Amino acid sequence: MIKKMRKFQFLFEELVKRDFKKKYKRTVLGMAWSILSPLLTLLVMRLVFTQFFGRDTPHYTTYLFCGNLVFSYFSDSTNQGMTSLIGNSAIFTKVNVPKYLFLFSKNVQTLINFGLTLCVFFVFCIIDDITFTWKLVCLLYPIACLVLFNIGVGLILSALFVFFRDIQYLWSVFTQLLMYMSAIFYTIDRYSYNVQCLFLLNPVYLFIRYFRKIVIEATIPTIWFHLLMAADVIIVLGIGCWMYKKYNHRFLYYV
Amino acid sequence: MSVLQLENVSIRYMTGDFKDIGLKEYVMRRLKHNYHVTEFWADRDVTFSLEKGDMLGIIGTNGAGKSTLLKAISGIMEPTKGWVKREGNIAALLELASGFDGDLTVRENTYLRGAMLGYTRKFMDEMYDQIIDFAELQDFQDRPFKQLSSGMKSRLAFSIASLVQPDILILDEVLSVGDGAFRKKSEAKMREIINGGATTILVSHSIDQVRDMCSKVLWLDKGRQIAFGDEVQLYCDAYEEFLMAKRLPKNREDIENLAKAFEDRQASEN
Repeated sequence: MIKKMRKFQFLFEELVKRDFKKKYKRTVLGMAWSILSPLLTLLVMRLVFTQFFGRDTPHYTTYLFCGNLVFSYFSDSTNQGMTSLIGNSAIFTKVNVPKYLFLFSKNVQTLINFGLTLCVFFVFCIIDDITFTWKLVCLLYPIACLVLFNIGVGLILSALFVFFRDIQYLWSVFTQLLMYMSAIFYTIDRYSYNVQCLFLLNPVYLFIRYFRKIVIEATIPTIWFHLLMAADVIIVLGIGCWMYKKYNHRFLYYV
Repeated sequence: MSVLQLENVSIRYMTGDFKDIGLKEYVMRRLKHNYHVTEFWADRDVTFSLEKGDMLGIIGTNGAGKSTLLKAISGIMEPTKGWVKREGNIAALLELASGFDGDLTVRENTYLRGAMLGYTRKFMDEMYDQIIDFAELQDFQDRPFKQLSSGMKSRLAFSIASLVQPDILILDEVLSVGDGAFRKKSEAKMREIINGGATTILVSHSIDQVRDMCSKVLWLDKGRQIAFGDEVQLYCDAYEEFLMAKRLPKNREDIENLAKAFEDRQASEN
């Protein structure tokens, strides 16, 4: 495995470089846009929803930002990851390379974006009078989980996209739905206990909630919460790897 | 000790309605029983082995299963039945000019292609100038790749690939690109690689090229192996006659008859 990784390290680096250059070549703002765009979303949400939910939610800006931060990373990563395999069909039908490299390369790019947005997030936290505690270190756990989760979903989607080309539209509808169910701009306190538990079935909500707990409430979630997140990641990643393994040589027929 | 060995390699290929289809369309077609997938054998029981330094020419009409076979050899496809055994590393040049990225510059594409072929960054740093020199693209290094002509693209692809010292080199319709001068240069380069001990597989529609360069011939027709051996002249003669007469040889005798007929025709024409 390590030998294989060394062998493809150069290719991986070149793929990452290529994806970067292609993405930012013809835009004036370049990478700044990737940070600006979630900030604009945040601004809009702040303006629209403060009236409805902002009054009784402490640190509402940070509350919103937590949701946006996680969700925009998730949606960027999965949407861009989806096309990674098809987009490189000219390569993998001609050269024998590991097919997951294309997805990983895209994910490196979205991860860097996420990192930059995260820095802006902390700046906003300071402005919003959040006191940082040592517990911030715990954020590494949901971030690691989120990266793996996004890769898992990306694996599944990119494989499905090879088989069914309209997955793209179905997925965009689904992400829309997921966004409304992830409690990005509202709180779930008003729902009954049973409904609140239903929210825990949504992995994206788990990540958002973890962020809020640490940053706003400065409490570490329970061990069960951690395990639930890990289980989501393992399931998704497992399905993704299985699909890639099973169809490794069969993707060829579909392009 | 053979470098490459294929034993009863059969590859089943699928084609049909599943290509470029959406989930909705898939469901609709399934409901209407209008979903058809045809499977056919692109290659059937192909068996041969190559020694170090062999140069194999694969001949056959369109749809004979040549490209599919090369994909199995290079590991892009897995044989449905049988097995492929390879010793050492493989560099495959399948449909040269594809797989490049039009938006990147020539330099970036060179590195990317080098990475795909399994070179190291150090190796590419050392060889880069040499590649560009050989491809005669000194003035185009920082131009976007899509501005190049198709001949230039193939030249670059060939230059990158021919630099390696692969144990097995696969060339699919590679030498028929570029202008006359470059073709000569690339043929010389090819001979250099072969003399260096590499095993080479060449697919070419130019039968003269096969006659010229190859030491062994594999003849495929509709996936079936018609002949394999080192009697290059005999098989090439027979193949050329087959192209005229459209009569597929069934055994050794047929092949010899075909070759004889070809020679007779040649003699009478001269």
